[in-house]
Amino acid sequence: MNSSISIDVRDFNLWYGDFQALHHVSVEIKPGIITSLIGPSGCGKTTLLRSFNRINERYGNVRTTGRITILGKNILDEDVSVASLRKRTGMVFQRPNPLPISVYENVIFGIKSHTPSSQLGRRVLDEAVETALREVSLWEDVKDRLKSRATELTLEQQQKLCIARLLPLKPDIILMDEPCSALDAAGIERIEELIGELKRTFTIVMVTHNMAQARRASDECIFMLMGEIIEHSATVELFGSPKHEKTGMYIEGRYG
Amino acid sequence: MREMSNPFAPTAYERRKARTARVMEYVFLAMGIALIIPMLLIIGVIVVKGWPALSWEYLTANPMRGGAVGGIWGPLIGTFYLTVLCLLIVAPVGILAGIYLNEYAPDNRLTRAIMIAVTSLAGVPSIVHALFGLGAFVAAMHLNKSLLVAAATLAVMTLPVMITSTREALAAVPRNFREACWNLGATRWQTIRTIVLPNSISGILTGVILVVARAAGETAPIMLTGAVASMWVEDEGWAKFTPYRLDEQFMAMAMHLNSIARDVPGMPESMKFGSALVLLLLILTINSAAVALRLYLRRRKRW
Ligand SMILES: Nc1ncnc2c1ncn2[C@@H]1O[C@H](COP(=O)(O)OP(=O)(O)O)[C@@H](O)[C@H]1O
Ligand SMILES: [Mg+2]
Repeated sequence: MNSSISIDVRDFNLWYGDFQALHHVSVEIKPGIITSLIGPSGCGKTTLLRSFNRINERYGNVRTTGRITILGKNILDEDVSVASLRKRTGMVFQRPNPLPISVYENVIFGIKSHTPSSQLGRRVLDEAVETALREVSLWEDVKDRLKSRATELTLEQQQKLCIARLLPLKPDIILMDEPCSALDAAGIERIEELIGELKRTFTIVMVTHNMAQARRASDECIFMLMGEIIEHSATVELFGSPKHEKTGMYIEGRYG
Repeated sequence: MREMSNPFAPTAYERRKARTARVMEYVFLAMGIALIIPMLLIIGVIVVKGWPALSWEYLTANPMRGGAVGGIWGPLIGTFYLTVLCLLIVAPVGILAGIYLNEYAPDNRLTRAIMIAVTSLAGVPSIVHALFGLGAFVAAMHLNKSLLVAAATLAVMTLPVMITSTREALAAVPRNFREACWNLGATRWQTIRTIVLPNSISGILTGVILVVARAAGETAPIMLTGAVASMWVEDEGWAKFTPYRLDEQFMAMAMHLNSIARDVPGMPESMKFGSALVLLLLILTINSAAVALRLYLRRRKRW
């Protein structure tokens, strides 16, 4: 296994029924940095992101070819348990989607489904909740409301909670699909800050349609167009001197 | 590349959970089968035993000698009129009441009390509705026991179902559609007519299906309010299609079946099961028509 690659995609194709949404995608995503997926809407960013933890399979008509290697294993292999895969590749969605249960229960939902209850004492759980909420700097805000419903939090707090609930599972990769699009400017800033801190521990792949955000918050950028990868380079380079004409046109805002 | 050990191999706990999940799947499957088998058996027995009786003659001849010979025309057309009449009464009232309760009524204690009452009424045994029909229409209003009174009694009985399913269908239309309409200056009624109703029509039809099936199948309410086991009806020409008057008694399949199955000695088996089969087919036909209509309407709905 090459430890300088976290997600290694080789000639990956994906169809929704007859419609091919991804064409021969090959890309290497590095650990310990933030990689942005950018491109006009409908170009397949979400589809690619969702392939990394195989939640697209839930749609019955999805078919794939190619390889996606994570931790040295092709995740499309038969002997991969999706539960194990998803434990190590957490996902944050566009709209915050805390479960309609208490804040506390939200954070421990993951460990509870991956650990026999005999191994989960009150102390272990309390500690996991505090650690996770501190890591997303939500602890001070909610420590007195752990028993209240998560859906009563503000959107920003909800999104932080959605990140926090991944942490007790100790994922290697965190996938984020436009994680800030439901938030206001202040919320965006704080979530970006949080993501910047998380990258020390996790590989982060983030879909965004916000050029400024990709530029501010990511180390590398992947530009997609109509299901293909057009360019993948360091953010500074991609925005400073794009190799591809189409990339240039897109970042200047000519389409999308 | 060297073959790695599998980092995503299922853990022991996961395998245990998967086993539990599989066991649960079998449990659900078993429940499903337990539900289906008796039903298939019932249908099977009725079809096998009733099939020999079925013929054009059986469908179109009137019963004679208490149903021991002849056919089932009178009861069959009686059930048809009864169901149609019941629907004519219950559909407008039920749908409009459902619309009112969901779209117009303020969300206060009275409305909630009404909804609870409606839901509870749906669970009341049919014999109670039968007695209500008898008391209200016959004893208090001095109407004859008749086709109309029986249909009205069935309508009272099925009204809660109609209201509840209409209300649920309307409530399933997302609120933001309504807000978008109001925002564009549409009145409440315009919103309901152009957006809410077209998108909930399939749910409302589900209510209609339930009503039809119950109206065609219930015995108790009509037995007390106008249906008779046997009577003489016009058997010639066009009059055969309009054998009953609204204010007179009538025959119906459920009643006919009830009486030939119990009261007439020496009744051939095939006559009983033949009637049961026809009643079954009748309800099946009406339901599949409604299902087809619903599928058609649902295909036009997109969200
Ligand atoms: N579940 C689905 N079934 C069919 N087509 C889909 C589905 N999800 C996405 N698509 C199509 O795949 C393409 C890529 O979609 P998506 O990955 O959501 O794009 P993006 O996130 O870049 O906006 C689009 O053309 C979209 O219409
Ligand atoms: Mg998307």
